[in-house]
Amino acid sequence: MTVKAVERPKRTLATQIYLIEVWKGLAITFRHLFVNLYRHLLRRPDASVTIQYPEDPAVLGRRARTRHRLLKRDDGAPRCTACLLCETICPAKCIRITAENAPDAMIEKRAKTFQIDLGMCVYCGYCVEACPVDAIHMDADDVDTSRYSRKDMIWDMAELMGDKPKRPSAPVADR
Amino acid sequence: MAKKVKFKLDGREIEADEGRLVIDAAKDAGVNIPHYCYHPALGNPGNCRMCVVEVAGAPKPQVSCRTPVREGLDVKTESEPIKRARAAMLELHLVNHPLDCPVCDQAGECGLQNYYMEIGQYQSQVRENKDHKGKRIEVGPHVMLDQERCILCTRCTRFVDNVTKTHELGIFRRGHSERVELTPGLILDNAYSGNVVDVCPVGALTDRDFRYKVRVWYLDETDSICTGCSRGCNISVHTNTKRPWHNDGKRVARLKPRHNHDVNGHWMCDDGRYGIGALDSGRLGRVLKLTPERRDASWESAAEEIAKALKAGGVAFVASGMLSNEDWAAAKELFAGAKLYFCPEPDQIGVEDDFLRRREKVPNLKGAEALGLKSGSFDELARDLESGKVKTLYVVERDLAKIWGAERAKALIAKAAFRVYQGPNKNELSESFDFRLPATAYVEESGHFTNFEGKVQAYCKALEPIGQARPDAEIFRLIAAAAPAARREVAA
Repeated sequence: MTVKAVERPKRTLATQIYLIEVWKGLAITFRHLFVNLYRHLLRRPDASVTIQYPEDPAVLGRRARTRHRLLKRDDGAPRCTACLLCETICPAKCIRITAENAPDAMIEKRAKTFQIDLGMCVYCGYCVEACPVDAIHMDADDVDTSRYSRKDMIWDMAELMGDKPKRPSAPVADR
Repeated sequence: MAKKVKFKLDGREIEADEGRLVIDAAKDAGVNIPHYCYHPALGNPGNCRMCVVEVAGAPKPQVSCRTPVREGLDVKTESEPIKRARAAMLELHLVNHPLDCPVCDQAGECGLQNYYMEIGQYQSQVRENKDHKGKRIEVGPHVMLDQERCILCTRCTRFVDNVTKTHELGIFRRGHSERVELTPGLILDNAYSGNVVDVCPVGALTDRDFRYKVRVWYLDETDSICTGCSRGCNISVHTNTKRPWHNDGKRVARLKPRHNHDVNGHWMCDDGRYGIGALDSGRLGRVLKLTPERRDASWESAAEEIAKALKAGGVAFVASGMLSNEDWAAAKELFAGAKLYFCPEPDQIGVEDDFLRRREKVPNLKGAEALGLKSGSFDELARDLESGKVKTLYVVERDLAKIWGAERAKALIAKAAFRVYQGPNKNELSESFDFRLPATAYVEESGHFTNFEGKVQAYCKALEPIGQARPDAEIFRLIAAAAPAARREVAA
């Protein structure tokens, strides 16, 4: 049996007036306030900080999963061979690839179009795991991906490779 | 009848014909023995050594594709030594294989991949460099060869040697530089060349038409019948609907033959296989009334108007062997008393050979014949149109421009007082009618075709119809229901 019967706490005057529990809660709040104040006064690194995002840039962990980036070969051609494994594994179905013949017979296949819809992406990172040629990373350290329309959330191959700045998004006029 | 004998398969007592190959007998009993070179229609050279089994009394593993069944044979297919032998054989097949599954079109239906997942040893012991051979060789108009992926099972060379007898492919050179190559001076350009792609168990021979179009695991398969000629080859229609941006937006990705011993064996011809390009081009999706001005119509209003015209008599019904048995039956009822024209003219007559291809390039003329329908000649129809005998012309899926030439056909069609065109695709003349009704293509409906030998075969619905399109039989019934009185009069 996984169910464990727990006896209901007794109702006493102390619990019914609530005041003791309120004081306990406030004690925790004030403990945090003073401990943090004390850490700030000593300029200790474990003092908690509020970042004024978006005025100040976001601070990201070194292994943070952020916006996708398509990598290139040494000669500047995209590494992607359009095997469609990322498109297949993607649980959000946000990747769309079409393939074509690569000019180099040893590479054989390359992507004609490669689109990621960041509006649908769930940032799971499966595409990075699935890629057999290390062509896609999620380390662009770019979290400002919001745009004014769903269409503008879609990134194409040149934008993902950094060859072309992401096209600016304009607010859609009120209807 | 061969003598029945009893033999043991993995400890089970099994009955089979004496002399039948162990690999076949095991398959009948539900045990699939891995194999590459063996193909029921191409023989058993026994060169891939994948189908080894343990036979009691034999000192070494035996290839099951060359071991006949005999009384008291004791075969083990899953013992430890056999598993080790298979894994070792697979490793040998992979010694020079480039393992480029990510860019290979065969990935997902590849014998190497499947058996590797099943019985591979996962940790290769090979430390040598791989041999490099020719890649991306266009051996013919439909087939692409990659020599590195080849495992030299010789199925393709046996196909061109024994089935088509055209000998375009062969195994050349020796030892580790052995490879499949074109016979000097030839290209793989026979009428059945697409079949070498099907028999190839790996990605060495792939379809040029299908190259990089869509990954096979996105495709759905539906049993169908080829409409390329009156042979009625059994096929699978592979459709891509889950990810419409692949395959250039086309819904049907490819056709593959389905085994039917009595009709097409394992094969189909290239005309049928690659004749799917026009399927979705210029599809009709709306019921249109084109005269006096072009406007959308509803099925009901169109049916009512057409039924009225049919009631007036002087009806000529033009169709082709593309109609299913169900369509013919409904047409027979609706157009009783009308003159029918569906015989194949030069537009539907093509090359015939002694293997699969038939002269008449439509699947179902026999179905009409079986219902007792008789076709008039198109010369007669032209005369009747000229003299004004034909008041109502009802054309189903036939391009009259291909029979009479565009100019003459247009002039002749204009002579009829009321004209209806019904079909899945636009053609040159589909604008010169009073009504244009969208019908489903054969992949969007279920039905039966009767092939030239009189075999009735079912085909299944693989796709949803486009727009308002309906099956031909349904349209005929709709018109018949719109004016039941009219139908009785015509019938009388």
